[in-house]
Amino acid sequence: MDKVIIAENLSLSYKEFESIISKANFSIDAGSFVFITGASGSGKSTLLKSFYGAIAPRAGQLMVGGVKMNKISTSKLNFLRRHIGVVFQDYKLIKEWTIEKNVMLPLIISGYTKDVSGSQVQKLLGHVKLIHQAGKYPPELSGGEQQRVAMARALAHNPILILADEPTGNLDEYSSQVIWNLLEGANTQLKTTIIVVTHHIPSEITVPYKHYHIELGNIHEVS
Amino acid sequence: MKSLKNHLSLIVALFTVLFAVQIYVAVDRTIAAYETHLKNDYSIIVVSNKAFTPVEFKAMDTLIDRSEAIATDQVLDRLQGEMTKKNLDLLKLTLPKFYRLYLNRFPTPSEIQNLQKRLQKNPAIVRVEGYAQTHDTVYKLMLLFKDVVQVFSIAIAAVTSLLILKEMRLWQFQHSERMSIMALFGAPVWLRSAVLFRLAIVDAIIATGILCLTFFIIAEYGWMDILLQTVGIKIELFNFIDDSLRSLLIALGVSIVLTLTIVIGNEEEE
Ligand SMILES: Nc1ncnc2c1ncn2[C@@H]1O[C@H](COP(=O)(O)OP(=O)(O)O)[C@@H](O)[C@H]1O
Ligand SMILES: [Mg+2]
Repeated sequence: MDKVIIAENLSLSYKEFESIISKANFSIDAGSFVFITGASGSGKSTLLKSFYGAIAPRAGQLMVGGVKMNKISTSKLNFLRRHIGVVFQDYKLIKEWTIEKNVMLPLIISGYTKDVSGSQVQKLLGHVKLIHQAGKYPPELSGGEQQRVAMARALAHNPILILADEPTGNLDEYSSQVIWNLLEGANTQLKTTIIVVTHHIPSEITVPYKHYHIELGNIHEVS
Repeated sequence: MKSLKNHLSLIVALFTVLFAVQIYVAVDRTIAAYETHLKNDYSIIVVSNKAFTPVEFKAMDTLIDRSEAIATDQVLDRLQGEMTKKNLDLLKLTLPKFYRLYLNRFPTPSEIQNLQKRLQKNPAIVRVEGYAQTHDTVYKLMLLFKDVVQVFSIAIAAVTSLLILKEMRLWQFQHSERMSIMALFGAPVWLRSAVLFRLAIVDAIIATGILCLTFFIIAEYGWMDILLQTVGIKIELFNFIDDSLRSLLIALGVSIVLTLTIVIGNEEEE
């Protein structure tokens, strides 16, 4: 089976002699659904960052989508990022853009025409139940709504890999339900690889999944 | 409202740079026009024992544009009654020739001296009057004026460029969040900074427009014309094709270079 992510003796840290993740070995199959759990501050977000190239491996090897992440060039990284959809813990929506344009961002970057991206955005806004908020700006939306916008944006360009950092962190029941449905849908229908960082695995999940746990810098497979 | 304020400060700064450059150009033009004016009035008197043709004079120095013989007949005619015909003829033969030399441009004082020396090397030439003394003062004043204006406009342009740079840092700060989010989705640098470039280009065009309008008003009311007429010259203060094109290029150049430094600076911070 194809591997989307391969880590060999991967160590991650922000400062030279500290270690957030140390000598981790794991691989993630293409098309799988993966949960990563761990206490807060254990390094879950840091691990996700290494997957989209926001932090380089301190030591060891990391391959994402067949691309070596050690000393990756800017153009290669940009190319890789255009095939990844990230849902950030703090949403990272562009405040001065409308909801519609925020969702369109990956499509603008990939150079789709207005027609194509327009209809794709309408479809996604329908999925996240935000059609009527399309013209509003992020600060005018509730936390749950902003999280759903971030979800729609991560799906917009049909990425091969979705990285979601606590996508239902402190959301209402309704928003959580919408987000889990979307992630499951992308995984089953589009065979998108999904990696979700979360405190606990939701009971609603119906697809088969893998579960990794981070503790004291080590990553081990739970199930 | 906040973005309008940002626009305004860049536009004002760009306008100031353009205005300084235009003043520099206008002074340059005024002095050139004044030099032509002086050149037309200015001539050197040469006294020689031998007749020279205009071609011979021109061959003596490249500075010499044309020459004309000063007619001595008038003077001699006046003497007619007081002298015998025979003496007059004798005088005519011994009288040196007088020439007036016109130059092809307004010379510097040292150029006059050099020219004077070169002409005097010719044994037939008895005397050269360059009027270097009177010429000197006017010219030195003019050069002083030119230097002052030039230093002034360069200083203004430099200070304003620094202001623009500071302004753009502010922009970068405001836009950095959006730019970094776009980077996370794989947007190349040019796409991330497209907004900055668009703002810079729009502001450059607006600043040039305001400059054209300003000079149009100055030209329309003719304040400068009246002033310059008193010294007998007429210049084109603002050429609406050449000057506006140059101003636009300068404004675009300044704003694009500054945006580039910011974008490149931002890239390195990542
Ligand atoms: N940008 C950063 N610079 C330095 N240290 C950081 C940075 N981000 C996170 N950390 C530290 O790295 C550790 C792991 O953080 P993080 O990956 O965010 O944990 P989690 O997402 O599991 O809560 C924490 O101790 C945190 O303080
Ligand atoms: Mg986190």
